[in-house]
Amino acid sequence: MNLHEYQAKQLFKEYGIPVLPWRIVESADEARQAADELGCPVIVKAQVHAGGRGKAGGVKFASTTDDAVDHASNMLGTRMVTHQTGPSGVPVNKVMITPAADIAHEYYLSIVMDGDEGAPAIIATREGGVEIEQIAEEHPEKIVRIIGDPLIGLLPYRARDAALALGFPASLIRPASALIASAYRIFTDKDCSLVEINPLIETEDGKLLAIDAKIGIEDDALFRHPDLRELHDPDQMDPLEREASEFDLAYVKLEGGRVGCMVNGAGLAMATMDITKWAGAEPANFLDIGGSADLDRIEHAFKIIVSDPDVEIILVNLFAGIARSDVVATGIINAAKDVGATTPVVAAMRGTNAEEGLQLLHESDMDITPAPDMASAAEVLRDKLASMGGSN
Amino acid sequence: MPVLVQDPCRLLVQGLGRDGSFQAQRILEYGTNMVAAVHPNRGGTKFMDEVPYFETAIEAVAQTNANTGLVFVPAPFAMDAIIEQADAGISLIVCITEGVPVQDMMKAKAYLDRTDSRLLGPNCPGLIHPGERIKLGIIPGAAVTPGNVGVVSRSGTLTYEAVAQLGAVGMGQSTCVGIGGDPIPGTNFIDVLTEFRHDDETEAIVLIGEIGGTREQAAAQFIKENITKPVVATIAGQTAPPGKRMGHAGAIITGKAAQASEKNKALEAAGATVVESPAYIGEAMAGILG
Repeated sequence: MNLHEYQAKQLFKEYGIPVLPWRIVESADEARQAADELGCPVIVKAQVHAGGRGKAGGVKFASTTDDAVDHASNMLGTRMVTHQTGPSGVPVNKVMITPAADIAHEYYLSIVMDGDEGAPAIIATREGGVEIEQIAEEHPEKIVRIIGDPLIGLLPYRARDAALALGFPASLIRPASALIASAYRIFTDKDCSLVEINPLIETEDGKLLAIDAKIGIEDDALFRHPDLRELHDPDQMDPLEREASEFDLAYVKLEGGRVGCMVNGAGLAMATMDITKWAGAEPANFLDIGGSADLDRIEHAFKIIVSDPDVEIILVNLFAGIARSDVVATGIINAAKDVGATTPVVAAMRGTNAEEGLQLLHESDMDITPAPDMASAAEVLRDKLASMGGSN
Repeated sequence: MPVLVQDPCRLLVQGLGRDGSFQAQRILEYGTNMVAAVHPNRGGTKFMDEVPYFETAIEAVAQTNANTGLVFVPAPFAMDAIIEQADAGISLIVCITEGVPVQDMMKAKAYLDRTDSRLLGPNCPGLIHPGERIKLGIIPGAAVTPGNVGVVSRSGTLTYEAVAQLGAVGMGQSTCVGIGGDPIPGTNFIDVLTEFRHDDETEAIVLIGEIGGTREQAAAQFIKENITKPVVATIAGQTAPPGKRMGHAGAIITGKAAQASEKNKALEAAGATVVESPAYIGEAMAGILG
């Protein structure tokens, strides 16, 4: 689960990480009042769950209140498309107004979980304000990487190591170490998957400021953070992914695909996506219906796939262990009947009650082509796609 | 004799709720030597009229000499159960539970690293050895047959897929090990490859990886330096976009090295036979072992 910038900055404040004051506005009138109160120049920032916001016009400088109102009005109620969103973008329902800062230097600081090390890692660089991926690729020597201890946390000397490696001026080593330690504490206290400050700036008058704030909370740990769970903004999710999450289905919409995939198990679901490519088309989604999927969930899963306008054909790949193939088949048939779906289906079913499942599908009115296993399903899919024409 | 497991295997099971009990029943039916069940308020009774319940793991080990543990307890309590079993002296702890918070696993792994206990999982299907009918987890007994191919995988369903294909070309399995789909697994590819390397029963190895992390690259390096047995490998998630979690908590592309193509390259360079889809594992292995 991602937090908005203003929610993340609130946490920063609580942990003593310096941020500038801000106002959150949802209308032009509120924007005017906020800009007047804070005093121009101000920065107007769209509150969306997507990186690449600046390039997409979601961060604007305003030297006067009128400019601030214009920028806010232009953003509010629109959908923002960045390189991290799909073509339909994410809605801008809230805008942040915050004073502009005098920037002397920009740093990058993040804390992520390093699975291979089994501990949180501080990833930082003196070259802030740019894509960290790009720096890691082109100048790996400029990346500072410090691993915390899984049981002790981040010792103060390790935070100092990070601050020194980042080349802060002597007067800022102490506050920078404290800031890094605070970011690390947020990461562990709140079960984060990411804490990122980009940029972290040194101002002209020698102070540190977190200009942006990005925090991701691990979904599996939300049960112990009811306060954070309340900050969830479902409007920022893809509508199909949002619907899927309500039924506890692991679903990811993939841009530009036309083969809907319905599978049990995450690994098999990925392998099924991959094999559509071998068959000559891109997958339209990742979908794992789970091990013990009941009829209701299967019906919803199928409805989500057919409601995706990109989907022209569906590949069902089931290796039933705990799940039962006949239940899955019944769910598919019910759902197709309910919504009047005529999308052709290629189905491979193995494991528990596979024959019964395939028989049910065969006897239904649906356009079903059965296949004995995954490799043959891919061949059937390839032939079907060839006869359907089109491309991607 | 299964890899990773002490001989003879004496199994303790913790987390006998609805799903755990269902699975434990299958484990017993398969023939696994289950000596103890743990539940805080069922002490003195028996699971399936057969296996004695104990209130704590420590008590269970003291009474039965259990050396292997299974954890089915719900995710919020999984770390506690794993560490309880380690403190009880269990040598191999298999955690099936999905959705354990990553920072819990971080602590559990760091704690276990200081003990002699090994953790397999979490979020894994466990381990099965069809030859001795030892089943420590949820891999269906009917799917596997005794033989000489060792299987190690990050994915449960792809393990079944691999096993079904091997069966179709007449090849049985020595030990099948699911290491799980989480970002911090207790046991890695390299740990299992080390075991397969010294395991006389295992003549060839199937390795199933997926996107996320760099453990497949580490495995490739290990194969290059240490493994002379043939390896067939595949990586799921070649069509996955960056930054999106594909079901498994660990299956997310966070950088170039986490991509399937990079992992394939590393495994190929290490001399493994890399197939572009798990659908071709059986065929590839048949081509090698003939």
